Amino acid sequence: MDEAAIRLKMSHISKSFGGVEALRGVDFTLRRGEIHALVGENGAGKSTLMKIIAGVHAGFEGEMLLDGAPVHFHSARDALKHGIGMVHQELSVVPQLTVAENVYLGVQPITRLGAVDWAAMNKGAREQLQKLGLDLDPRMILGDLPIGIQQLVELSRVLFSGASIIILDEPTSALSPPEIERLFRSLRSLRDQGNSIIFISHFLEDVLAIADEITIFRNGRKVVAAPVTPEIDKAWIIQRMIGKGHEELESSYLGDITLASPKGARTVLEAEGLSKAGAFRDVSLTVKGGEILGIYGFMGCGQIELARALFGKLKCDAGLLKLDGAPHKLSNTARAAKAGIAYVPESRRSMLFHHEPIYKNTSIAILERLSRLWLKPDAERKIARQHIESLSIKTPGTEALLGNLSGGNQQKVGVAKWLTYLPKVLILSEPTRGMDVGAKEDVVKIVRNLRDQGVGIIIFSTEPETVLSLADRIMVMRKGTVSQEFADETISKDRLLAAA
Amino acid sequence: MTSTSEARPARQSVGDWFRNQLSNIAPFLTLLFLVAFFSFASSSFMSFGNLQNILQQVSITAIIAVGLTFVILTAEIDLSVASVANATGIVVAFFTLQDASVNIANIPLAGGFAIILAIATCVALGGITAIGVTRIGIPSFIMTLAMLQICDGISAMLVRGQIAYAVPSLVGELGSGSIFGIPWLIIVAALALLIGHVVLTYTRFGRYVYMVGGNREAAEYSGVNVKLIIAAVLMISAFCSGLAGMLGVAYFGSAQQNEFGTYLLDAIAAVVVGGTSLFGGRGGIGNTIIGLFVLGVLNNGLDHINIDSFLKILIRGLILLAALIINIYAERLRVSRSASH
Repeated sequence: MDEAAIRLKMSHISKSFGGVEALRGVDFTLRRGEIHALVGENGAGKSTLMKIIAGVHAGFEGEMLLDGAPVHFHSARDALKHGIGMVHQELSVVPQLTVAENVYLGVQPITRLGAVDWAAMNKGAREQLQKLGLDLDPRMILGDLPIGIQQLVELSRVLFSGASIIILDEPTSALSPPEIERLFRSLRSLRDQGNSIIFISHFLEDVLAIADEITIFRNGRKVVAAPVTPEIDKAWIIQRMIGKGHEELESSYLGDITLASPKGARTVLEAEGLSKAGAFRDVSLTVKGGEILGIYGFMGCGQIELARALFGKLKCDAGLLKLDGAPHKLSNTARAAKAGIAYVPESRRSMLFHHEPIYKNTSIAILERLSRLWLKPDAERKIARQHIESLSIKTPGTEALLGNLSGGNQQKVGVAKWLTYLPKVLILSEPTRGMDVGAKEDVVKIVRNLRDQGVGIIIFSTEPETVLSLADRIMVMRKGTVSQEFADETISKDRLLAAA
Repeated sequence: MTSTSEARPARQSVGDWFRNQLSNIAPFLTLLFLVAFFSFASSSFMSFGNLQNILQQVSITAIIAVGLTFVILTAEIDLSVASVANATGIVVAFFTLQDASVNIANIPLAGGFAIILAIATCVALGGITAIGVTRIGIPSFIMTLAMLQICDGISAMLVRGQIAYAVPSLVGELGSGSIFGIPWLIIVAALALLIGHVVLTYTRFGRYVYMVGGNREAAEYSGVNVKLIIAAVLMISAFCSGLAGMLGVAYFGSAQQNEFGTYLLDAIAAVVVGGTSLFGGRGGIGNTIIGLFVLGVLNNGLDHINIDSFLKILIRGLILLAALIINIYAERLRVSRSASH
């Protein structure tokens, strides 16, 4: 490789957030006309590095050279001017606007009179989307379309913006296999035109299918950078991604998990024919005490809605729910909590009170059992102390504001608030999303421990590793229905994905 | 690198403290400034008699503001408070025997019944608001705007442009009587503030009010019956307004339409000037008390320095605007700090 082909060279990059080092002396090189995959566990630092390149994080240490000249971007707009565009993991589309308006967000074509040139915009949007294999009316409201299509619209916005360095953060997580194939075709054609693409993904199959070069991160450091050759396979990547001493987690990545459901346990939760228009239909499931049921599906397959419905947050159109054999009405979350259903939602923001101390966060769900009328703050603090100790939550104390804790510790608080009195059923939605390896293993331990105490647990996840590493029985959802159930058998990630 | 990372926590904690307390510090400094200013500008301002004046002048507002504090803490709003007060005051007069000169087709009842009917009226009005907001899902801003109009309508229908004077003797005593030289009205307002504070600070319900305001979604995901809490605060607000309305009629000495006109703005101003967040979850009765004093001192002090009475209205508006700006900035500082973590 000659030096002229190097577009971007980053040396000794370090970046920390409030004392926590996200990147430690990282080097990274991107060449013209390559698709460069970046892999690593959540929290390994890959997104941080990309946000530095894309100008989102302005403050960092180290040197960044673009086409041989030192650069330092202060905003995303700044980076875009230099031809660097990024598609973030979280969708940043405007669902109220049309498809075309989203494709041309911020760069709408203008007629000579200064009005928006709708005809040009609709025509251009249609052509762009056709390159990604999408044939749809650009005048449709984006929010009415499935999440996978919304993601493709967002991708097309950056892919065809003229950027010569394109960063894609988890672009395939919400896409179906044919959509992924069409995206890859576009990426290859962009690469062959001399553009450089950085591809961040947890889906190692996707990485191996598309990448020319791979860089692996672990705990804020670069582990290795290498061209993708036939010798490189999933096992090779995983070994470097998670390091030594995580054999259990490793096995969940490599597949072949033997499922064994507990024998003779009683059924605690039984759902029959649950339906909700536009989300899921005719879903039936049972969970036994001391069993972990994993429900896997692609994003947008209805499993998040199903999880909410089981907790009474979302009203079902039809269906029955029985708890310990007795019918249970799914009217609101207060009733569900009282009946012994606990729920940990996928987003920490929607389950915790960031401006309140820890003890108020751990007591909120059980206040009714702690006090009738008057609060008992000492009892609340005592409970908080017990949780801090038993779950090894890292915090200065019970009075610390939740917002000052790290993500993994916040997640533990979110689980802890349901553990003072053991629930009958614990529903976890995406329990390990956005966590580093250590925090993930802690969650796995906590959940297994609860199962062993007889709690019936349902895990909803779009990450196959999470489901495989935890579940005793697995149901796969596809487009709102249960497509397959795996029990008492050996299963690999491939079979799981094939069913979704 | 090392030195900056060491210096950072200390600087952050002072900054954090200031940011967290900004919404409490600013109103208190405002109050001190106003007291100092009026003491300097007017010789008659600083006296025990004038303190009692100020207290009496803010008492009606205080009772309304107690209920409104509950509502604003849940990040909702109640624009119907003054109208509910007016309607309730008129209802209690409507069921009281009036002087022959008063030309109202009213229904005289024994004093106790009149009071019970008036309280039932304000609670029922609050109940309708609660149903509209929690069951039907109308935003409280719009729902209470409609209730404002409905209550004004009830008031208009009952008095038909006339003025009633008589109220039940209990209401008359509490609204305009005094004990050991202290007006009952001040005592009732102080009790209302005290009860409000105790409920918000020391009861489970009070905790739910703060948590629903702090993060409604998280409260719901924690099994808190959010709709029930919001319905309850709207009904508490209506009850407080009704109480203020009854006592207000006795305090003013008459029941007529539009006599609580300024109280909506005053009550909202007291709560917000005091530093209770319009976004919910932060603040409380302590803040409302400071806010009441700021408004009370301002209104009273402007009378003492002989200022153009038209300018007075403008000054009140500017003070409210300043408080709103501080309120929004305090919230923004807090949010930006928590987002950096």
